[in-house]
Amino acid sequence: MANAIGLERTDYKGATSTLCPGCGHDSISNQIISAAYDLSLPMTQVVKFSGIGCSSKTPAYFLKGSHGFNTVHGRMPSVATGAMTANTDLIAIAVSGDGDTGSIGFGQFKHLIRRNVPMVYIIENNGVYGLTKGQFSATSDEGQELKYYGLNELPALDLCLEAIIGGCTFVARSFSGDSKQAQTLIKAALSHRGTAVIDIISPCVTFNNDPKGNKSYDYGKKNEIALHQIDYMPKGYVHPREEITADYAEGELIEVDMHDGSTIRLKKVDQDHDPRNRASAINTLEKAQRENLFMTGLIYYEEPRPTFDETLHLVDTPLSHLQDAQLRPSQDALASLMQSFM
Amino acid sequence: MAVNIQPDVQTQFTGASIVNDFALSVATKNGSGSQTSNAVIIRSLFRMGIPVSGKNLFPSNIKGLPTWYTIRANKDGYIARSATTEVAVCFNQDTAAEDIANLKSGGVVVIPSDWKWGQSRADVTYYELPVKELLTQAQIGTDFRERIANMVYVGAVAYLFGLPLDMINRALLDQFNNKAKPAAMNYAVIELAYNWSRDNLVKDDPYKFETMNGTAGKILIEGNEASALGSIFGGVSVVAWYPITPSTSLVDSIMENLSLRKDPETGKNTIAIVQAEDELAAIGTIIGAGWAGARSLTATSGPGISLMAEFTGLAQFAEIPCVIWDVTRMGPSTGLPTRTSQGDLLFIHFLSHGDSRHPVLLPGTVKECFEFGWRALDYAEQLQTPVFVMSDLDLGMNLWMSDPFDYPDQPIQHGKVLDKERLAQFLEEKNEWMRYRDYDGDGVGYRTLPGTDHPRAAYFTRGTGHNEAATYSERSDDWMKNLERLRHKFETMRDLLPQPIVDHDLSKKIGILSFGSNDSAIIEARDLMAANGVQTNYMRVRAVPFAHNVREFVLSHEHVYVIENNFDGQMAQLLRMEISEDTRHMVSLACGDTLPMSAQWVIDQIMAHQ
Repeated sequence: MANAIGLERTDYKGATSTLCPGCGHDSISNQIISAAYDLSLPMTQVVKFSGIGCSSKTPAYFLKGSHGFNTVHGRMPSVATGAMTANTDLIAIAVSGDGDTGSIGFGQFKHLIRRNVPMVYIIENNGVYGLTKGQFSATSDEGQELKYYGLNELPALDLCLEAIIGGCTFVARSFSGDSKQAQTLIKAALSHRGTAVIDIISPCVTFNNDPKGNKSYDYGKKNEIALHQIDYMPKGYVHPREEITADYAEGELIEVDMHDGSTIRLKKVDQDHDPRNRASAINTLEKAQRENLFMTGLIYYEEPRPTFDETLHLVDTPLSHLQDAQLRPSQDALASLMQSFM
Repeated sequence: MAVNIQPDVQTQFTGASIVNDFALSVATKNGSGSQTSNAVIIRSLFRMGIPVSGKNLFPSNIKGLPTWYTIRANKDGYIARSATTEVAVCFNQDTAAEDIANLKSGGVVVIPSDWKWGQSRADVTYYELPVKELLTQAQIGTDFRERIANMVYVGAVAYLFGLPLDMINRALLDQFNNKAKPAAMNYAVIELAYNWSRDNLVKDDPYKFETMNGTAGKILIEGNEASALGSIFGGVSVVAWYPITPSTSLVDSIMENLSLRKDPETGKNTIAIVQAEDELAAIGTIIGAGWAGARSLTATSGPGISLMAEFTGLAQFAEIPCVIWDVTRMGPSTGLPTRTSQGDLLFIHFLSHGDSRHPVLLPGTVKECFEFGWRALDYAEQLQTPVFVMSDLDLGMNLWMSDPFDYPDQPIQHGKVLDKERLAQFLEEKNEWMRYRDYDGDGVGYRTLPGTDHPRAAYFTRGTGHNEAATYSERSDDWMKNLERLRHKFETMRDLLPQPIVDHDLSKKIGILSFGSNDSAIIEARDLMAANGVQTNYMRVRAVPFAHNVREFVLSHEHVYVIENNFDGQMAQLLRMEISEDTRHMVSLACGDTLPMSAQWVIDQIMAHQ
């Protein structure tokens, strides 16, 4: 069935994946495809970015009609910053991994967030280096055991916590095995103005899928605690509001109005979590870390602050499309400058 | 044979003047504010029509270490660093003894009267100034005392060597952006010192400044500002950088001149300036910007270049335009951050792992800093590759006299970019479009920009192996084809990039080959050698890869001297790498002593081999 711009879902696909069969990353690519199709994203306006690693190969496997840039390890954020500064009309989807973001790219990740470069930043987090065959990453859990590398005795970095502390205004965690939630969060993130971080736990079927390990499918399926049931309603979606609100007691339904007119609706399941409260979001993550809980959902959201390009006070025309007359000052301007140096 | 630029004057002054042909070196402590006083002297000389140059030898610290500023006046227009000092203004007690010892015979010392400086030399003239008393008399508060103390030597120098006070006052107002109050406070001290000198000192040396007509129509500018202006007129639209000496003032200067690139109606910018978290992010940002269609640059120096190595390889291999200014300083390692060098030539040319090679532009004058500023952005887009411009601390941070800059003589070049319409036309004509296919035989493909609203516009950019269609490939034939095309692109550069400046007369047997800021020293050295019967040809290389006539120049001389300001003779190494014939007649003269090159060094080196 064609979407609003006349494209089929298959049009949003990419090349055939070369990852291991069953890789969590492939399900995330599928959710990106579905989200883009459902939202009728114009592929020519989308740019895909990635660094290096298994996760960073995936932009070739979705949205073949979009320009993509597979950059260098950990430094995709700076490339994306440059591209999104050059052309503010673009819609950016970035894919990174836990090695790419949590280790070599940790500084660039934090600075991307600090600058609030408008883009969706998905971390396909499997807690292991797959492409180099199974080393620990900075998000590997303390006490975790791997086949060749033994016991990890170092604490894990929580990339969502890091994102919130860094000033990110949209922070979510999901599970590649929870396709509906992942897809909904991707849609919501695409509506966000600014950097939107989604940390998706994505099991590595080859190197880190021991049911005991907390980045495995078994563990995720058994232990995922959704902070809420999440729905995304695009702009113009009309729902009988009274009917919905009538079903829920006070405080059990949170509606977040997005910048582009869409809405995220969060229904309470059994956790008390208001993603609009920064301190409570941090508490939730710290509790999850302390008690080894796998909590997913929209963890933190705040009203968008100015995006990076806005802080640069640029002309409305994207810099990539300025006319030569806007790029080169006049002959008179040079003549008067030269006079000032005489 | 010895040829000396500044013959020693008689120890006893006989009355014959030396006019507009001597170097005055001011020794102060860093952070004492002597930049203002020195700028006032140099600008006054420039306005008097005397060809002048200034070399700032400053330490890498905030305050306290010694600094020297050498002002050379030269009636013949030579503006290289002078190897000798005729007048030493000793306003740093820590270095006074050494400064006096280094002075040439017959020289002049200007020094505070209450200082001890070791043993006096009988062959120099001393002028002692009561600095403390004059400052007290001028009622200068303690807050300003240290800075304003430097104005005492300005007044004394003005009297002793003949700088008119009205010129000084005008230069002061310029220096303080026409703010009357600070200018007046400084001028009061200058005038007081001038009058005191007139009433108390007896002129007993040959050195004099006299008004002449040697600077009419000329400008005085630092290379980094020239580079910044060139970039602004070249249409740079994204600048990402991380501060590092001596390149910092290049980006500072873009910011200071940003008004040239504000939309007249909205006041909004057409240049994004991104201060990155490090040089890794700086180059990543300009690569992203170049990929997306902006004209982008970064400015850095050696340590920053080291950090940019991996990304440079990506930009070369994925074929993304961007410009990297390397304002070089002394390495290896942190080295001497405030001393000049041409030591990055080989490194930037071959930067990154694998078979990496990049074009390097080599401006030799401030005028070329401006010209290569805009041309580099054109070349980057035309060649779809990172373009390096190697300036240096001497060129970038010192004041140079120059002819005014010429407005770009051609429209902005964007190279082969297919927008929606052009892509449609291309597809119609060729029935295909492959990002990395060489359709024109010059090694450069056609690119589309992200956001191009055409269903066939997208391609995947990667640093991994790819075929002509930009698809991932590990096939040997794809890899070889790609590398061969890149090599072909490299050959295209030889004709496209700035050609050498050549003075080649087949009757002369000696050739000098050099590049960059050594130009002024070589021009002066050649004149003096010619006056002494040693005729030379000169080629100044302005880009790597070499133009085709470089080989011919090297092979057509009995002796070729490759002159450069680094320790290992990197240009000579590059020439030997490129020229397969016997080059035993080529001698590497590499200086690398941390100072701007002097004509005397060039002469001494060449004469030693003749």
